[in-house]
Amino acid sequence: MEEQLKVLQEEAIKKAAAAQDLKELNDVRVAYLGKKGPVTEVLKGMGKLSAEERPKMGALVNVVREAITKAIESKQASLESEAIQKQLAEESVDVTLPGRPVKLGGHHPLTRITEEIEDLFIGMGYTVAEGPEVEQDYYNFEALNLPKGHPARDMQDTFYITPELLMRTHTSPVQVRTMLQHEGKGPVKIICPGKVYRRDSDDATHSHQFNQIEGLVVGENIRMSDLKGTLDVFVKKMFGADRQIRLRPSFFPFTEPSVEVDVSCMCGGKGCSICKGTGWIEVLGAGMVHPNVLEMAGFDSNVYSGFAFGMGQERIAMLKYGIDDIRHFYTNDLRFLKQFSVHE
Amino acid sequence: MFVSYKWLSQYVDIADQTPEELAEKITRAGIEVEGVEMPASEMKGIVVGYVQSREQHPNADKLSKCLVDVGEEEPVQIICGAKNVDAGQFVAVARTGAVLPGNFKIKRAKLRGEESNGMICSLSELGIESRLNPKEYAEGIFNFPNDVTPGEDALAALNRDDAILELSLTPNRSDALSMIGVAYEVAAILGRDVKLPEPKPAEADEKASDAVRIQINAPEDNPLYIARVVKNVKIGPSPLWMQTLLMNAGIRPHNNVVDITNYVLMEYGQPLHAFDLNRVETGEVVVRHAEEGETFTTLDDVERTLSADQLVITNGQKPIALAGVMGGANSEVTEQTVNVLIESAYFNGQTVRAASKAHGLRSEASARFEKGVDPARVQAACDRAAELMAELAEGTVLSGSVVAGEYAPEPKQVSITLDRLNMRLGTSLTMENVEEIFSRLKFEAETNGDTITVTVPTRRADITIPEDLTEEVARLYGYDHIPLTLPEGEALPGALSPYQLGRRTVRRYLEGAGFNQAVTYSLTSQKRAAQFALEVREPVALAMPMSEERAYLRESLLPHLIEAAAYNNARQMGSVALYETGSVYLNEGENVQPKEEERLAGIVTGLWQEHLWQGEKTAVDFFAVKGVIEGIADRLGLTDRLSFQKAAPEGFHPGRTAAVLLDEQPVGVIGQLHPSLAKEADIKEAYLFELKLDVLLNTDRSALAYTPIPRFPSISRDIALVVDRATEAASLEAVIKEAGGALLTNVHVFDVYEGERMEAGKKSVAFALTYMNPEKTLTDEEVTAVHEKVLTALKEKANADLRA
Repeated sequence: MEEQLKVLQEEAIKKAAAAQDLKELNDVRVAYLGKKGPVTEVLKGMGKLSAEERPKMGALVNVVREAITKAIESKQASLESEAIQKQLAEESVDVTLPGRPVKLGGHHPLTRITEEIEDLFIGMGYTVAEGPEVEQDYYNFEALNLPKGHPARDMQDTFYITPELLMRTHTSPVQVRTMLQHEGKGPVKIICPGKVYRRDSDDATHSHQFNQIEGLVVGENIRMSDLKGTLDVFVKKMFGADRQIRLRPSFFPFTEPSVEVDVSCMCGGKGCSICKGTGWIEVLGAGMVHPNVLEMAGFDSNVYSGFAFGMGQERIAMLKYGIDDIRHFYTNDLRFLKQFSVHE
Repeated sequence: MFVSYKWLSQYVDIADQTPEELAEKITRAGIEVEGVEMPASEMKGIVVGYVQSREQHPNADKLSKCLVDVGEEEPVQIICGAKNVDAGQFVAVARTGAVLPGNFKIKRAKLRGEESNGMICSLSELGIESRLNPKEYAEGIFNFPNDVTPGEDALAALNRDDAILELSLTPNRSDALSMIGVAYEVAAILGRDVKLPEPKPAEADEKASDAVRIQINAPEDNPLYIARVVKNVKIGPSPLWMQTLLMNAGIRPHNNVVDITNYVLMEYGQPLHAFDLNRVETGEVVVRHAEEGETFTTLDDVERTLSADQLVITNGQKPIALAGVMGGANSEVTEQTVNVLIESAYFNGQTVRAASKAHGLRSEASARFEKGVDPARVQAACDRAAELMAELAEGTVLSGSVVAGEYAPEPKQVSITLDRLNMRLGTSLTMENVEEIFSRLKFEAETNGDTITVTVPTRRADITIPEDLTEEVARLYGYDHIPLTLPEGEALPGALSPYQLGRRTVRRYLEGAGFNQAVTYSLTSQKRAAQFALEVREPVALAMPMSEERAYLRESLLPHLIEAAAYNNARQMGSVALYETGSVYLNEGENVQPKEEERLAGIVTGLWQEHLWQGEKTAVDFFAVKGVIEGIADRLGLTDRLSFQKAAPEGFHPGRTAAVLLDEQPVGVIGQLHPSLAKEADIKEAYLFELKLDVLLNTDRSALAYTPIPRFPSISRDIALVVDRATEAASLEAVIKEAGGALLTNVHVFDVYEGERMEAGKKSVAFALTYMNPEKTLTDEEVTAVHEKVLTALKEKANADLRA
């Protein structure tokens, strides 16, 4: 019997090793270790053995069983591993193929510039004020020290609807409306973004519709130096820490003194086509709020003073991104718009 | 305003300033110099020549063969094509090797077999625009008067070696619309004196007041009228120096009398007019308002119909000039003029402005009157012109001026304290600093303690209030010297309003959903103005549009979005998803501000999803866009309050369009662009939406509150219902929700089938229902009880059967 067991063991181990897949291996298990298998048969035949031989034989049978079991298990592990390898190999993909796109849109560049400026001034304690685009002559001109017949009205060609109603030519009427809401009490600290309209023919540098963002600060003892400091912060954040500002005296009916604000060109003053060789780019108009404007808006100009500034988003976007034609902003060509969805 | 450097240097010492340096200083002090032109810098080798002889070119009809003395031993032969060239003329010659503007080099040449050693030049070849050339030379070569020498520098003789500063003047600085005005500005910048002309015309015994009578019948529009009479003038060209300075100032020379009035206009900023006194006929000047409908021919030979608010100069019978704007053809100075009446007046700026606008006539004169001339110069300018007419036109100046009216406003006094000045600027200037600046401006200033009182000369009418003084000090002190500070005082919290935040949320959501933001024009055509409007009104129209395309205010954002989609479709971009937020303008009646409502609109066309190499493509359909709108509602916490109702507004596909409702009130529309309109716009199947963004953002929204995560399991039941094809899913859902009560936590459609396996006119709609009790675990029996109620309700209320 001993011999018989040894033969069985060798035979089973050989067959297990030869098994091609898990099914064949299972057949080997059933054939040798199953209830009807030869090993079981040997165990059944142990009853005929003497009491002395029985434990010896039992131990031997267990050894054989274990050896066979081990061989099967080992083979099983290796077969399973092969199967997984095979499956993985079959499942592999070309990782260089394009991914499933997540469809994303983006801000219009003008919104992008507007929000950037809004956020910058919100950080400095400003709130955002908005107002109607169709305005009364009073708010657009008269309350801004531009009475009817004033020659400076020629500076802004206006789309009138009726003699008293017009498309606003700047966002300044929002400043007037906000000041009136304050009923003569400061401080006022707002920026006013929005669409404005001028009676212009559209070409590469002119648009009958464009955007403006204006700022207004009214308080006790607001100084021209505060305007300069505020715009310096703005320009450095918007265009880069190495940029400088330069104020040039100018004229706006609603401010006195009035200035044009130039920003140093990115060419570093060497002179380039953008600054036309001057090293400076005109970006903002600004000034100290005219006392007539303060008074008409209900503020005592002996107690209160203020500054105001204004700029055009189109111009800023054109400078910042190098856009060459203002009409692009209103054509909505996807090849144009999609370039502005990147988050800087 | 073109300022000749040479001319300016007559009034202020600028010898140590190059034109560029001067331009930079003027710009930094407040008057922008847009450019400095130095014509001679692009030319060389141009001399005065004397045409000794001219003969016909042997081989060319239109050419002349000239022998020209250019100041050398031998004359040179030059072939000239100008019709007006002739022997005995002094001309400008570009010698061989000369350079003309545009880097045009003159070389020795053979023209039809004849040698040519240079070129005889016209003024435009020397860089003077032909509109500025004296008429007689505009079509040919220029002739010098006889006071030049062959060989001398022709550019110097023509004042082409001048520098011309182009000043861009803001409306407040009309004081700088004259050479003297600019001289005052430059003198203030450089801290120098101004040398003024002191006109003292030599007068004859005959009195001007015997030759002419002046009467003003409209003193409010013409408070002062001064006239001088110059007799026996000899009309001819003005001297070369005057002609060339006028051309450098952008004014075309005519004859000596007219040139003198223009010269004095440029010098003093006081417009003058010269009448032919004999042609005035009556020896009388009456200033009055025009009669309504009165006609009058101005000296440009255009007949003008006048209105009663316009001021005319008459001879007591008929108009002879439109005051301050243009003279009349009937009294203008001609070659035959002998006696001249010089008009120097103060006309009301608004009156001149209105007349100039009404007739579309803007002249050097009207531009100055409009902004207000200096009343203190009216007499001086008149004297100066008379003096020059005596000197340059051999005229006899009659004794005295004829003055009507009186206008000599006192110079204004404006005061400011040093403290306020420093407070406004953020500076720490001393009284000495401030006094020094006013002295440079030639303003009289008196100090009393902390207060400085300035007497503002009438030439600076722009200075009326303390802030104007602040500006004068700031600009001459230099803005570069003002420090950088930030506003002091209480800190304010800066933030967007909830509305503005909501708008940003919606924008970001849509961009995340694949839409690009568009910005279109608010102005549109009449046809488009009310197209697709949620609320149609009579569109608001512009009074004077630039074009028909931009003549009305839009009532919907959709027309221009469709246009944008078509634009992209036409350029190989078939898939378009655009949205816009912006105002529409709703007419509220004549002279009432229109109601502006902020709208959110979008257009989608082409593919909604595309994934090229895997071949997955989904075309956009109604439900893709509806999903986007539902997402907005979700973002804004309005999901349960938003609903959709079948609708068929104009312009939309009648079967694929819904009204969007918030709390049962209409807030927008969503649907397919009507196929016939899509065809008209040349775009593919397109879906549109427009929502009242202001309503969505302004509605009261409940504050965010946490609901505990359920601790007990839910139970799902699916049902497939057979209903009439016209039955809307929403109505079934409503029945299910009502019957399901509190235990029913979710219900949604998961399948719809209409097809051959269904009975005709029927469809199957399958719902998944989820039941849950947040308090305890539901038993099957409890669910079944509710579910049975739901099925019964469906049968009774919606005639819905369970699908077999």
